[in-house]
Amino acid sequence: MNLSLKTPGAIAPVVNLVRGENRREQVDILFRTFGLPLIGLVVFLMIWAGAAAKIETSLGQFPGPAQVWHQAEALYASHVAERDKAEAFYERQEQRIAERLADDPDYEPRIHDYPGKPTFFDQIITSLITVLSGFLIASVIAIPVGIVIGLSNKLYSAFNPIIQILKPVSPLAWLPLVTIVVSAVYVTDEPMFDKSFLVSMITVVLCSLWPTMINTAVGVNTVSSDLLNVSKVLRLGWVTHVIKIVLPSSIPMIFTGLRLSLGIAWMVLIAAEMLAQSPGLGKFVWDEFQNGSSDSLARIMVAVLAIGFIGFLLDRGMLALQRVVSWDKSAVLR
Amino acid sequence: MSESHLELSGVDIEFPTPKGPFKALDDINLRVDRGEFVSLIGHSGCGKSTVMNIVAGLHQATRGGVILDGREVDQPGPERAVVFQNHSLLPWLTVYQNVELAVKRVFRKTKNRREMREWIDHNLALVQMEHAAHKRPDEISGGMKQRVGIARALAMQPKVLLMDEPFGALDALTRAHLQDSLMDIQADLDNTVIMITHDVDEAVLLSDRIVMMTNGPAATVGEILSIDLPRPRDRLALADDPAYNHYRHEVLTFLYEKQKKVESAPATARPETNQTPPAAPEPARAATGEAGRKARETTA
Repeated sequence: MNLSLKTPGAIAPVVNLVRGENRREQVDILFRTFGLPLIGLVVFLMIWAGAAAKIETSLGQFPGPAQVWHQAEALYASHVAERDKAEAFYERQEQRIAERLADDPDYEPRIHDYPGKPTFFDQIITSLITVLSGFLIASVIAIPVGIVIGLSNKLYSAFNPIIQILKPVSPLAWLPLVTIVVSAVYVTDEPMFDKSFLVSMITVVLCSLWPTMINTAVGVNTVSSDLLNVSKVLRLGWVTHVIKIVLPSSIPMIFTGLRLSLGIAWMVLIAAEMLAQSPGLGKFVWDEFQNGSSDSLARIMVAVLAIGFIGFLLDRGMLALQRVVSWDKSAVLR
Repeated sequence: MSESHLELSGVDIEFPTPKGPFKALDDINLRVDRGEFVSLIGHSGCGKSTVMNIVAGLHQATRGGVILDGREVDQPGPERAVVFQNHSLLPWLTVYQNVELAVKRVFRKTKNRREMREWIDHNLALVQMEHAAHKRPDEISGGMKQRVGIARALAMQPKVLLMDEPFGALDALTRAHLQDSLMDIQADLDNTVIMITHDVDEAVLLSDRIVMMTNGPAATVGEILSIDLPRPRDRLALADDPAYNHYRHEVLTFLYEKQKKVESAPATARPETNQTPPAAPEPARAATGEAGRKARETTA
């Protein structure tokens, strides 16, 4: 039992089992942490396989777990192959430039990018970059605004209706506006970002601002009046007041908002990429849909599972960050 | 004595309610000398805490005012440190950091880093909490938290120490222990203290004077009782002391006969309480009946 306090999380029961402590209890813990989720997964796969076998589509049978796994492997293989080709391409290019320079020292080399199609994994990376930059910008705006609104009941009353009205707006409604505004405003000769990247990112920002803003404002507004009195008696300045009293007490609410926002950001992004045809997982799904080959359905299923799994990881990431930032280490976070 | 240390004169307070203003306090007059320990006692809801909040500057009197060393109190400040009933320590700071927050605020211009550290340690030692300096409030007991709350207030070196039922949330043994500590500290520092309490023994044991408040609404000072018991006071010895028991009896009589608490009774039950001390001005009594009915309606 002593050991279980020191060994982290899931390993503890295994270690204790080996040491022969409380056998029944340890097996019970193991069953609960690993056994039950495994059983759930197996049941799900069985239902999926059974249902898939009964669905006949224009593109053939609906893919079951086996076909989807097969396609996932194929996507990975094509990713590796594409990487090799790209490497070979750059090697050849360098070689050619070196030969050309040897002949003609005045030659100014131009380096071409590899013209190949982005693979499934490239799309995932693109989507992650887009969603994280959008989410980051949204948070940088939403948290300070939330704090300022939350500190003043008058400001809160003034801005709350606007926030409540903008909050439920679908990303698909923002997208056309954002597309047109970006094309009109973002005019440069040397664009630092792709327009399509900006369009999906700004759409993400517009949709993921609100939960963080509202939750921060509510968190700030509900700081215990006893602590506010302490601050008054000490005559803390505005900045100290916010840093020492307001922020720590609203950390849980801020993180609730951030996690909601990140979840929304990820959902919005896939939709935005589909509609805006900007690179990313959404475009991958759309392309496969348009492609309509016999593998398409299985590939889309791979994307669906990847989207779900990444969404889950993003949320766990935020939870881990909350554990680091939160002062109340005893609080149960889930 | 021409000018007193702390003076409340003609303090009224009214709170706006949807049914018109609600008068919580009516014409409170009180003078407190330097180094005096004054308790405010009364039934719950009589406005004891409101009086303290006015002295603290957390509430503003509607009429009348508070003067501390010749200056009017119009906002909260560390020279009127407050020990809150539920300790109000910041849960994300350690015991040391909680006191440090106050010390940094009050002494940032007059003490250097080392002096501040010594001062924080000194105050933690005063309440016997040095051993837990680096624990967080949720890791220590309720009594310990209250000790830290007292240390934080003392560390501000206040002109007046305000205590709002400081031991109200503690069990009887811990409370007695802390009361003894407080008497020891008080013997050393000779602070001016105003303490809110609803515990008769606590009031008699600790105070130089006990201010007894009439029932609200429009509560006011009913009687003031001077406690002429020699210090240091020992709770065991006092238990059989006739003078001590006489004082206890006085306070109990005030609370349970003259100002008997009538829970949610109709306004007609009020006259019974009207035979209160001659010290209280007559208009206050008259106001009680009508305002009382109003208040009960709003709180019902």
